[in-house]
Amino acid sequence: MTAPTQPADRSQAHPAAQVRPAAPDLLYSDVEDDLRAAVRDLLADRCPPGAVLTRVEGEQPYDPELWRLLAAELGLAGLLVPEELGGQGATAREAAVVLEELGGAVVPTPFLGSAVLATSALLRCDLADEAVVGLLGRLAAGTTTATLAVPLSAAPGGDFPATVRADAEGRLTGRVTSVADTPGAGVLVVPAVGPDGPGLYEVAAADASVGVEPFSSLDLTRPLADVSFTGSAARPLPSADAPAALDAALLTAAGLLASEQLGVAQWCLDETVRYLGQRHQFGRVVGSFQSLKHRLADLWLEVVSARAAARAAADALATGSPDAPVAVAVAQSYAAGVAVHAAEEAVQLHGGIGMTWEHPAHLYLKRAKADEIALGTPGRHRATLATLVKLPPPN
Amino acid sequence: MAKGREAEDGGEDRAEGGAVDAAELRGRVRELLAAHPPGAVSPEEFLRARFDAGLAWVHFPRGLGGLGAPRSLQPVVDAELAAADAPDNDPRRIGIGLGMAAPTILRYGTEEQKQRFLRPLWTGEEPWCQLFSEPGAGSDLAGLRTRAVREPGGDWIVDGQKVWTSSAHTARWAILIARTDPDVPKHQGITYFVCDMTDPGVEVRPLRQLTGEAEFNEVFLTGVRIPDAHRLGAIGDGWRVAQATLMNERVAIGGRVLPREAGMVAAAAATWRERPELRTPELHDRLLSAWIDAEVARLSAERVRQQLAVGSPGPEGAGLKLAFARLNQRISGLEVELLGEDGLRYGDWTMVRPRSVDFYGRDAGYRYLRAKGNSIEGGTSEILRNIIAERVLELPAEPRTDKDAAWKDLPR
Ligand SMILES: Cc1cc2nc3c(=O)[nH]c(=O)nc-3n(C[C@H](O)[C@H](O)[C@H](O)COP(=O)(O)OP(=O)(O)OC[C@H]3O[C@@H](n4cnc5c(N)ncnc54)[C@H](O)[C@@H]3O)c2cc1C
Repeated sequence: MTAPTQPADRSQAHPAAQVRPAAPDLLYSDVEDDLRAAVRDLLADRCPPGAVLTRVEGEQPYDPELWRLLAAELGLAGLLVPEELGGQGATAREAAVVLEELGGAVVPTPFLGSAVLATSALLRCDLADEAVVGLLGRLAAGTTTATLAVPLSAAPGGDFPATVRADAEGRLTGRVTSVADTPGAGVLVVPAVGPDGPGLYEVAAADASVGVEPFSSLDLTRPLADVSFTGSAARPLPSADAPAALDAALLTAAGLLASEQLGVAQWCLDETVRYLGQRHQFGRVVGSFQSLKHRLADLWLEVVSARAAARAAADALATGSPDAPVAVAVAQSYAAGVAVHAAEEAVQLHGGIGMTWEHPAHLYLKRAKADEIALGTPGRHRATLATLVKLPPPN
Repeated sequence: MAKGREAEDGGEDRAEGGAVDAAELRGRVRELLAAHPPGAVSPEEFLRARFDAGLAWVHFPRGLGGLGAPRSLQPVVDAELAAADAPDNDPRRIGIGLGMAAPTILRYGTEEQKQRFLRPLWTGEEPWCQLFSEPGAGSDLAGLRTRAVREPGGDWIVDGQKVWTSSAHTARWAILIARTDPDVPKHQGITYFVCDMTDPGVEVRPLRQLTGEAEFNEVFLTGVRIPDAHRLGAIGDGWRVAQATLMNERVAIGGRVLPREAGMVAAAAATWRERPELRTPELHDRLLSAWIDAEVARLSAERVRQQLAVGSPGPEGAGLKLAFARLNQRISGLEVELLGEDGLRYGDWTMVRPRSVDFYGRDAGYRYLRAKGNSIEGGTSEILRNIIAERVLELPAEPRTDKDAAWKDLPR
């Protein structure tokens, strides 16, 4: 086989990839900056890294008072819920900024599970239905917290989970592993397959037939549990297409997780730069050694790149762009690695102190590594992308 | 919120009667096309008319090829003109003028210099080159030794040697930095000039590159006369002026916002689609992660473009160039490997002196080899990392001994 003749300039995009998305807005608006400042102030006050460590070692990983302040006072619980349903009517762009801050402080809160995952699934249900509207209203008000009963590792684009069955009376039986954000969750939004096919159901977490078994998770700041249902009473949450509703929720959460990863990475970079700017060895500030400066410059480049990717995903989700699946796959597969790299560099460049339980670096490392698996691994998102941009695998 | 930003960006235009918007630009393009139909007039005539209509670079001031409009509106003009099949100014041929000389002249030039140089620079009638690097001064550019001495009449006489000068063989003008005071520390004794490449004292000799071509040159300057009117900025202030050039250079090389899957990744992706027999699982994963990195770099460049709707790039531009070099090298390397047996062929080693700088042209072998220059030209990747570490992250500089001594006393 001879080489195909190549045109002089091959820098033009191939028609197959010519989804030409309008340039996303990659900056932060004033409203977003204000929201960031409000969240940051509250966290600095209520949740410094030392406090996180104490809390995750205690009985109650989540601080109910902190969540109340975030959820109700700042309105974060209902950020994505439209105003007419009792929420803030904000978009994925604002939720992304919140996740940057929550990631930057590795805060144990149910924001991702309740305000993003469960809420996004509900928003794709029948918004004329009483059960759906009622639950969204309670979530937005912060009086109830929910989580979506899927493994944290579930990726968008997968099959509808079939581990929980609903019977003709709407009772659920089955088991879901590695569910995030169960502590404090009053409601579980459960994907289950019933006689009429896939559906979403509301289950009271306190019901005696529901078993929530926490296990010790790699990420201390986002506790996980296996959840089992044995004939549990459930209320159907009607939707025209439950698999689509679930998938939209997973896509939104995966796209927004990139912003959490960005927050994690930014903290690791900032803290390492700060530490190396004051630590002395060999009669010099350690941060003046070129080998370290170059590593940090490379890390900075990764972080600014992750910011562009995360902003693009948030903007695509916020505007309902048809490009959202590509933007999310790109952001998620890129930012996951950046967060892990930043956290690994933070540990290494702090030397011995980076290896201790006392120093918060390990909290970020564990969050970053767990986030790499959460909502689809980078490899999984690359495989999705291969289909989307028509770069098929070998036969 | 996007509105608010644009209003700000167009601010400098307000005094002249309201900010320019996309609709107005489209109207102006229509008028230009009606008055100068591209099929009926020569390309030069059309480009001059486009410049005079303020549609060359819309963010430049009125009278200098622009309308004081937000930079983000340039694509509106470009798309309309491309649709009308209008001739363009071949940016690959005149990149140094567009990317480096023009922003520097705009920022530091006198009104006369702007009027004289910018129009033919933009139309491509007068290409530019950059006489900065010297055999003894590359990364440490401020150590340069080319001398400019002032005559009693006011003209400057320049003697020295420059090297790695891209496109010197096609250039009409050069931006040049030379030492005007050896008795002060090195950064303080430099002055910035515009050099006439047709001066009899300028001798250009090709330097052949590892691609086989000679895109760059060595340039010998012997008694070159430069009128003081061609000095850019104050005497002794050349290092500061050169910083503007260098920051713009990094954005010019690494900051072009391309469409998705354009640039270096385009050829590799096309080969992947056209030649299924070459595919392996391992190459697939590498191609996808390279594709993602290219998309992320594109978004980063777009984000810098949005931040910079007007104004000059800061040290962040160094990041774009660093990413660009790494990506181009990685993808072009992958492409040669993907081609397998065909990757063993190289189009042509004949020594030519190309008329434009081309990163993506010819074949995979050429792309692979040419990309090696991306981490050297415009500041090496090592120097860019220093800049990011010291100017963005504000980490302390390494101890230095060369900053405060007079240039003439430095060891060499
Ligand atoms: C294709 C191409 C086109 C070019 N076009 C032009 C042009 O048009 N006009 C022009 O003026 N110049 C041009 N250049 C020159 C270019 O700017 C210089 O080559 C570059 O700045 C490096 O200088 P040098 O070659 O002297 O290498 P050196 O400065 O000698 O560097 C040698 C090595 O040491 C490293 N190094 C140097 N200092 C440090 C430090 N402080 N810390 C860590 N590492 C360091 C460098 O990164 C490099 O790897 C071009 C170069 C190329 C390759």
